[in-house]
Amino acid sequence: MSTKKNWPLWEVFVRSKNGLEHRHFGSLHAADEEMALENARDVYTRRSEGVSIWVVESKHITASNPENNGELFEPAQDKVYRHPTFYDLPDEVKHM
Amino acid sequence: MSEEQIRDLEAQFEARIARDEKIEPKDWMPEKYRKTHIRQMSQHAHSEIVGMLPEGNWITRAPSLRRKVALLAKVQDEAGHGLYLYSACETLGISRDELYEQLHTGKAKYSSIFNYPTVTWADMGAIGWLVDGAAIINQVPLCNTSYGPYARAMIRVCKEESFHQRQGFEIMIKLANGTKEQKEMAQDALNRWWWPSLMMLGPTDDKSVHTEQSMKWKLKRKTNDDLRQQFIDQTVPQAELIGLTIPDPNLKWNEERGSYDFGKINWDEFWQVVKGHGPCNKERMKARVGAWERGEWVRDAAMAYASKNQERKQDQAI
Amino acid sequence: MKQNLYKYILGIADNSLILGQRMGALTGHGPSLETDIACTNISLDLFGQVRNYYQYAAKLKGDNTTEDDIAFLRKEREYFNVLLVEQPDTNFAYTIARQFLFDSYHFLFLTELQKSYDITLSAIAKKSIKEVSYHKRFSSDWIKRLGDGTEISHENIQEAINELWTYTDELFHQTEEDKIMVKENIGVDVTRLKEVYYDAVNGILKEATLDIPESKWFQKGGKHGIHTEHLGYILSDLQYMQRTYPNMEW
Repeated sequence: MSTKKNWPLWEVFVRSKNGLEHRHFGSLHAADEEMALENARDVYTRRSEGVSIWVVESKHITASNPENNGELFEPAQDKVYRHPTFYDLPDEVKHM
Repeated sequence: MSEEQIRDLEAQFEARIARDEKIEPKDWMPEKYRKTHIRQMSQHAHSEIVGMLPEGNWITRAPSLRRKVALLAKVQDEAGHGLYLYSACETLGISRDELYEQLHTGKAKYSSIFNYPTVTWADMGAIGWLVDGAAIINQVPLCNTSYGPYARAMIRVCKEESFHQRQGFEIMIKLANGTKEQKEMAQDALNRWWWPSLMMLGPTDDKSVHTEQSMKWKLKRKTNDDLRQQFIDQTVPQAELIGLTIPDPNLKWNEERGSYDFGKINWDEFWQVVKGHGPCNKERMKARVGAWERGEWVRDAAMAYASKNQERKQDQAI
Repeated sequence: MKQNLYKYILGIADNSLILGQRMGALTGHGPSLETDIACTNISLDLFGQVRNYYQYAAKLKGDNTTEDDIAFLRKEREYFNVLLVEQPDTNFAYTIARQFLFDSYHFLFLTELQKSYDITLSAIAKKSIKEVSYHKRFSSDWIKRLGDGTEISHENIQEAINELWTYTDELFHQTEEDKIMVKENIGVDVTRLKEVYYDAVNGILKEATLDIPESKWFQKGGKHGIHTEHLGYILSDLQYMQRTYPNMEW
């Protein structure tokens, strides 16, 4: 079996049209960034799905750990005053 | 972790799935869930890329330019689908190279229908119509499966596959409405692909080992027998519409069940092909392994070039 | 019928047909899934161009001629592609070298064809050049990867370039029809592309640490329908259905 280095994994983000954000589309393998871009174009925009592509080698992504979800995300849940529905308005005021 | 803690986690995990929550790569999951998913997703990915071969076989001989580009695009999609599925698999901590290794050494399986030969052009029609038809029935429910990356890959796959079956059926329509020779070619292809397509939906429920657990994890939403019945019920009227005959003398509409009764499937043949004795098992593996081995120096070159380039960039930065 | 224009179009289109056929045959056999998908894309682009050209040629010919009649029902001597595009895929280095040597020409050719007085040809060129710019980028990048990759890849791509070099000069030959079309401002004067071509190609080869072949002996004939032995086999596949089952619709 070969012990050589294999093409690393890349994450692909595509903007489907101007005005929209880049969205994660999937991943692929490529030897370098040029190839990653070209492969992303060939693999993920065959049906005109995009106008702009970002690629980033997967190992450069730092992800939060789901085990910490409690401390990370739950404290936001009771801060209802951050949402407009928290505030009472007289019925006469229709748009605010 | 103590056994009790694990049982606790498992219970919470099953409850999440039951609530239709998705599981994402970094979430805790039982080892069996991980293994089952690697097995099913990689098997699916392998089927896509081995499935390129029987159809790829006719790319150079397609009878018109229109058919040629459609077939090329279709086989290319299969490469894409294989790629999406391998990527989904990789989120569970196994590399594509390891998955290839499993395929190439015969450790991993792929759909055995691709071990049948494509002998005439009509087989392109029959594969698109029947094999993709059966595949879609299998795949659409997976867009809702519990493992996020798998579900997302399947959504993309299903969206792209919608033209595949039409492409095949259109070939069949043209042949069925064509000359006597063309019609015979179409009927012959239907005769050869019908039974393997029924087998493709998997062993009967009493012989299927994974069904119960898979149902719970939403890797499966219907049993093999239900899927098969659905496939038959939807395909028979299509055959009638274009004037072709399903090669099953026992096929009969059952008013009471609201479904077709059908003849006995030759499961011996199925297991023979699964075990590697189908007409093309060896050729298919040879083609896959050959492409991989012939490509090794190419992949190595790209890596070597990339690291040289990296060094050059660093030197420039200094 | 405008016989000269008709033949001129075939001369352009046949290159894309035969190269598309070669590239398409590799589907499923590439060195990686990603590369496989990329090569099929190139094949699909080329067949798209072929259809545009042949549909135009069919219209010129009249009598219900179709794109498929032109693609599938000519004899060996009636295909006018250059010899380069019919050369076999001995290994991936040959595939890339063939593609690179052709793309570099194709790009220059289409750049000029956009200025054609024939509005259909000019429109096809404008559409195709975007595809071909990408092909050129793809094949040039791979020339560099293989040339400046490992020892083995360097050897392989050097060999492929050396072997295929002999087919490059033909790209700049003119047939009688070509000359007439140039005079009418419809065709491209390919003789004027030669210098730019070799400058560009040599530049990439150098960057890829490859030697520029010194051979001054070149093969020709494709533009007059005299091909290498490879074309016969390509046509046997390409034409199989139309020949075996004549006069049918698919």
